[in-house]
Amino acid sequence: MADLSIKIHDILFKNPVLTASGTCGFGKEIQDFVNLESLGGVVMKGTTLNPREGNSYPRMAETPSGMLNAVGLQNKGVDNFVRNIYPGIKDIDTHFIVNVNGSTIEEYIAVTERINELEKIPAIELNISCPNVKEGGMAFGVSCPAAEAVVKAVRKVYNKTLIVKLSPNITSITEIAKVCEAQGADSVSLINTLLGMAVDAEKRKPVLSTVTGGLSGPAVKPIALRMVWQVHNAVKIPIIGMGGIMNATDAIEFILAGASAVQIGTGIFKDPDIFEKTISGIESYLDRHKLHSISELIGKLQM
Amino acid sequence: MQQVAAFILLRNILHRIIFALKSVNMRKTVSDLLLIDNKQLNKDNFLLKLQSKTPLSDIFPGQFVNVEIKKATEIFLRRPFSIMDVDYENRTISLLVKILGRGSKVFTEYIPGELVSVIFPLGKPFTLPLPNDRILLIGGGSGVAPMLFLAKICGLKPEQVHMILGARSATDHVDISEYEGLANLYYATEDGSKGEKGFVTHHPLFTHQLESFDKIYTCGPDPMMKAVAKEAYKRKLFCEVSLENTMACGFGVCLCCVEDTKHGNLCVCTEGPVFNINDLKWQI
Ligand SMILES: Cc1cc2nc3c(=O)[nH]c(=O)nc-3n(C[C@H](O)[C@H](O)[C@H](O)COP(=O)(O)OP(=O)(O)OC[C@H]3O[C@@H](n4cnc5c(N)ncnc54)[C@H](O)[C@@H]3O)c2cc1C
Ligand SMILES: Cc1cc2nc3c(=O)[nH]c(=O)nc-3n(C[C@H](O)[C@H](O)[C@H](O)COP(=O)(O)O)c2cc1C
Ligand code: FES
Repeated sequence: MADLSIKIHDILFKNPVLTASGTCGFGKEIQDFVNLESLGGVVMKGTTLNPREGNSYPRMAETPSGMLNAVGLQNKGVDNFVRNIYPGIKDIDTHFIVNVNGSTIEEYIAVTERINELEKIPAIELNISCPNVKEGGMAFGVSCPAAEAVVKAVRKVYNKTLIVKLSPNITSITEIAKVCEAQGADSVSLINTLLGMAVDAEKRKPVLSTVTGGLSGPAVKPIALRMVWQVHNAVKIPIIGMGGIMNATDAIEFILAGASAVQIGTGIFKDPDIFEKTISGIESYLDRHKLHSISELIGKLQM
Repeated sequence: MQQVAAFILLRNILHRIIFALKSVNMRKTVSDLLLIDNKQLNKDNFLLKLQSKTPLSDIFPGQFVNVEIKKATEIFLRRPFSIMDVDYENRTISLLVKILGRGSKVFTEYIPGELVSVIFPLGKPFTLPLPNDRILLIGGGSGVAPMLFLAKICGLKPEQVHMILGARSATDHVDISEYEGLANLYYATEDGSKGEKGFVTHHPLFTHQLESFDKIYTCGPDPMMKAVAKEAYKRKLFCEVSLENTMACGFGVCLCCVEDTKHGNLCVCTEGPVFNINDLKWQI
């Protein structure tokens, strides 16, 4: 059987399929459907220093081949994570990664420092790309100086694997990726959701309470693939690709475009068995193509 | 018949105990169920019966399923529907589906023999009544589904169970005569074509006898539930409502379906859909 394991910095993932932040809770929430130990990793929902209530309802709009969300990082804060969530996940045999958020650099640092104390969390995903919060969030991910400052500051206090999650709502994603690499990021993950909007024509009102929200699902896949490909050609650090992955073929496409691993988010809303199917589908793809290891495929798009 | 009643009663007592111990088998599954019956009840309402290959886990009134409408490829997300009835012996669940938009329409066009991907059972159910409770069930539109399920398994004598069903007109009411032996049924229609004229909250049982009930349960359009909740709240009566916030996942991971409650934003799909009105922030 082909070898599905991949390496990101110094972490060995048993396979390249991870959950995307904000779509699988802290992992426990999907255990009825998914054997967490079969996953490459679990990127948990966005965590901030203080608890956040998120935005008001309605927070979701279905769109062609996707959806808009405006959850706005609802979470109970990092203390709650350390005290109540971590003890329940630390002995599960997969890599749990915390998605770190903040409205100021100080907040990013404070959350990171708390997570750094946790032995069984091998990495953080620094979210500088959330489009659904008023302050901070995406603001850090759409300007090179801001991204530079936050990555640099977090790198100083964090010595484990640092993944930076990039925003697609930007003219040149490669510039930001290069800045992250230069500041010591070990990996970049992309893409976060695309800023979008939905209108209810009958009511003549925006559907979302926040008017705009983040688009995800198959609708964004071509953009996500393009960005992964561009970033792959711009930086040397490994890339975690995501955006609209619904099956093994989609995952392989991202890997060919340059991703070392992938995350699946919105896809689980439609099909809770998506992880199992994707992992076994990648396996059979490798067998069918007589490949021994998934790493042989990374960035191997034939031009 | 007596055996069946005794069985239901026994099962309910058991349920209540298991539920109190919170060890009830509520494992959610995603499975392909076989559509075995699809009956049009009136212009917009259909009764769909789905059968599972494997034994069903315990299912309670108020819980729902999340259905993938695969035939309408342009529909991306699943659609939630309340469970209206369960038959453990034949491993079937029934749904009452009202056509609202494209998803519900295509769902009602499925034909027996087809497979439907369903995630279930989802959500927290209604609080079951105590053996001596007098209960009032108020259903509007497709909201009658969980009310009927509750009437059926609550384990009370028919004289303890009263149900008002509201609709725009007589032709919008679905035929529920098979429930006649389980509860006292009353109707309200906006045009007066069946039962009392007006909304359910205009029904004399509601306006004059509300305080005689120990528990009030309601499911239906928001304005109806709010009108019911308002009167129950004023009189400090126990009242539970079942909300229908739009959902993406239905099993508690996306946080899209939240209701603003006195305990913060809670997911309707996991903390609800049933809420006690005292926990909601409705301006009532
Ligand atoms: C817990 C729960 C239980 C439900 N139980 C039942 C049931 O037993 N029987 C039944 O017929 N329906 C039930 N519903 C409602 C059902 O899910 C919707 O009617 C269905 O999703 C509509 O899909 P559609 O594609 O037909 O309509 P769409 O095309 O999605 O929507 C048509 C129009 O209705 C609006 N709309 C859609 N869904 C909702 C909603 N949930 N709240 C407010 N407005 C909405 C849309 O904004 C749009 O304007 C339930 C919903 C929930 C959350
Ligand atoms: C409901 C929802 C909540 C999300 N929350 C977060 C979050 O907290 N942090 C984050 O970095 N990304 C968040 N995302 C973005 C996803 O992790 C992912 O980047 C994006 O949805 C694209 O992948 P997908 O198409 O597979 O969902 C969220 C997405 C959705 C749909
Ligand atoms: S619908 Fe996803 S959390 Fe409720």
